[in-house]
Amino acid sequence: MEHYVAPVKDAAVVVDAIRIDEKPRNLWSDAWTDLRRRPLFWISLVVVVIILLMAVWPTLFTQVPPNNDCQLANSNEGPASGHPLGFTFQGCDVWSRIVWGARTSLSVGLLATLIGSLIGLVMGALAGFYGGWLDSLLSRIGDIFFSIPYILAALVVMSVFSQYRNVFTLAFAIGGFAWASTARIVRAEVLRVRQADFVTASLALGQSRFGTLIGHVVPNAIAPLLVVTTLSLAAAIVAEATLTFLGVGLGGNVMSWGNDISQAQQSLRVAPMALIWPSIALTVTVLAFIMLGELIRDALDPRARARR
Amino acid sequence: MSAPLLSVRDLKVAFRTQTGDREVLHGIDFDIMPGETVAIVGESGSGKSTTASAIIRLLPGAGRVTEGSITLDGRQLTTMSTGDMERVRGREIGYVPQDPMSNLNPVWSIGFQVKEAIRANGIATNRKDVERRAIEVLQQAGLADAEKRLHQFPHQFSGGMRQRALIGIGLAADPKLLIADEPTSALDVTVQRVILDHMARLTAERGTSLLLITHDLGLAAERAEKVIVMKDGEIVESGPSRVILENPLHPYTRRLVAAAPSLASKRIQAVHEREGIATAEQLADTRPAVAVKDLTKDYKIRQGGFRSEPFRAVDAVSFEIPRGKTLALVGESGSGKSTVAKMILKLEEPTSGTIEVAGQDVAKLDRREAFALRRRMQPVFQDPYGTLDPLRNIANTIAEPLEIHKVGDGASRRARVRELLDQVSLPRELETRYPNELSGGQRQRVAIARALALKPDIVVLDEAVSALDVLVQDQILQLLAELQHELDLTYLFITHDLAVVRVVADLVCVMEKGKVVEQGSVDEIFTAPVQEYTQRLLAAIPGAEITLGGGPAAP
Repeated sequence: MEHYVAPVKDAAVVVDAIRIDEKPRNLWSDAWTDLRRRPLFWISLVVVVIILLMAVWPTLFTQVPPNNDCQLANSNEGPASGHPLGFTFQGCDVWSRIVWGARTSLSVGLLATLIGSLIGLVMGALAGFYGGWLDSLLSRIGDIFFSIPYILAALVVMSVFSQYRNVFTLAFAIGGFAWASTARIVRAEVLRVRQADFVTASLALGQSRFGTLIGHVVPNAIAPLLVVTTLSLAAAIVAEATLTFLGVGLGGNVMSWGNDISQAQQSLRVAPMALIWPSIALTVTVLAFIMLGELIRDALDPRARARR
Repeated sequence: MSAPLLSVRDLKVAFRTQTGDREVLHGIDFDIMPGETVAIVGESGSGKSTTASAIIRLLPGAGRVTEGSITLDGRQLTTMSTGDMERVRGREIGYVPQDPMSNLNPVWSIGFQVKEAIRANGIATNRKDVERRAIEVLQQAGLADAEKRLHQFPHQFSGGMRQRALIGIGLAADPKLLIADEPTSALDVTVQRVILDHMARLTAERGTSLLLITHDLGLAAERAEKVIVMKDGEIVESGPSRVILENPLHPYTRRLVAAAPSLASKRIQAVHEREGIATAEQLADTRPAVAVKDLTKDYKIRQGGFRSEPFRAVDAVSFEIPRGKTLALVGESGSGKSTVAKMILKLEEPTSGTIEVAGQDVAKLDRREAFALRRRMQPVFQDPYGTLDPLRNIANTIAEPLEIHKVGDGASRRARVRELLDQVSLPRELETRYPNELSGGQRQRVAIARALALKPDIVVLDEAVSALDVLVQDQILQLLAELQHELDLTYLFITHDLAVVRVVADLVCVMEKGKVVEQGSVDEIFTAPVQEYTQRLLAAIPGAEITLGGGPAAP
């Protein structure tokens, strides 16, 4: 075999050239490139944004007051001018009640998720990072909470505190029992990140264990938590509706989709739409959050991206 | 001259990406003759593994051959039907993958996996024949007790044994060509030598051609008749291995030959007047920066239930590092070298023994003194991708030690970060960038800058250059040598790679199974090793005995 030498393009061999003019790429920007080409992402995002707007400025969507303008004469009437979805049993405007009810559903959902994620984050991070007996203790506590169906637990709590039936109590009751799966996810992620050299480097620099946990481990373990958050938000909204429907959630005077569904069931045969409309609102909202969460999860996982 | 067994002509491969096709192989030509061993050498990203995958048509999902031809015995592989290709794989082209740890399925016994290969290739069909052939395959692969081994699982095999089993599977169907993609990169040098010897004997006996993919020029030259050097998806130079090594013509090959530590023979000198230490006696008057005496570490190995068995990871290790010098702690995996480093860094508590840093017994320090000690001693770790927090920008990463130790104010810290970036030869514009925009070598520079931020006296380099490509490794070693000279640093250099030791260290300490088996100056150890273990380690460095022409090209 002869000795082949390629034509020399440039005589100076540049080793490890630095290319800083290139567009920075990271997990999040890659995920964004992937997401923005997906119609489902835009649909669910639009739904979520509309629900958020409803919760913050209900008057953008309806001029009819949901409670004060009810006339029994309109009881179970069909759609009329200015009242696109008809009336409830009490003669209130269905559309207006759905719009105003979004605030309650979202508040309970957000608050319960926030509480659940915080407890889960703290428990999971401490258990995963420190290990040993603390891990055993916290993980067993998590297992106990995991084994209790949280709707059942919240039902018991709400019955006991029946005189404080408001958004906060309900959010605590739901969030306080829904953190165990979050804690497991965070713990697994912290265990993975803890192995990284930058954690050892931080400890060797003299940073305290807790400082390292807060400064390096938790920020790197949080991405999967964000995805779970959207899913648990949807679950918490459903839980609120369920508990209210069962009569242990929010008081009957509070505007919420759960209350609307509950109150509409007595006239289900004569006026089914009064029940169906708030149910659709609930389903669409929950679906939007779940789809958003799953799309973000897939976008953050390069292997899932390649599969599609 | 006979016809080539494998012939690759103008091979182009492209990968589909979000922004369109990206060509990674730009027209590769080469031949492999029957019975010949050819090595493709290149750095990561050179396209050497892509070439191998293209030949067996196992390119990852988004990759495809866009142009050119691959012919095996006159048959086109690129246009062959999937079914025919499946028959070619295994029966005519065997494949030995890189990582023996992940290429055997942990839930099936070794025997099951060997038999699977035998059945898939139609060598034997009835149960008895398959069983007999499987035992034969493992025996030929050099596994004693093949019959018993058949029923064992991958976790009961060491890395070397797994790679033997994989080579056995690759050769099970007597293929005409065996492709080995970095077959020994994950193994210790002494194991590497045995495995390569074995693979060479097997292929020679059967007249199998071998395509060896490697990053190690020394290994390629030692094992192959023909070497192909690849860079950025192109062949830059190819020819008989001796010719390439002794008379490299392309500037890239010249750099590569000059940088390969396995081929080098001299310590990197930052300044030429500076001399290494010739003998241990010369050290007597230099005060040690680090002195380790009878250092021992026991771990408890859980035996199930509450029983546990002590395991001595480090056994009475003693050494001293004089100020401004480099001591290399060398050993294979499991020798306890990294545990020693962790104890010196106070990340692990020793079971017994003392560590003195600048005359102070580390164990007797209180919290505040121990915190202060961290300023004088800093680590640099192996994995360039794990060593930097991906969520912190470069300036914040380098400034972190300054913040922890409350050194200076915001402005002085920023100034120090710039100074450090200059010292490790990185542009200041990197300050606001994130680690994922940097290459492995650049990340390692940032890690070095972070380690130097507090102006330490001692730097512990735990396999700090082992994961880097040869040329980048060479650059980082140069940088370390310059910094040592400028800042009068003392290095504890932990490595498995004896070849690197020769170019960076003044003193060597060879460890085996937790014990120091031999220590002395680099010249003593490399020219006259006393212990049999050290001799074996030195003999295992690939390409060590090849003499070079060429010489370094202009930097």
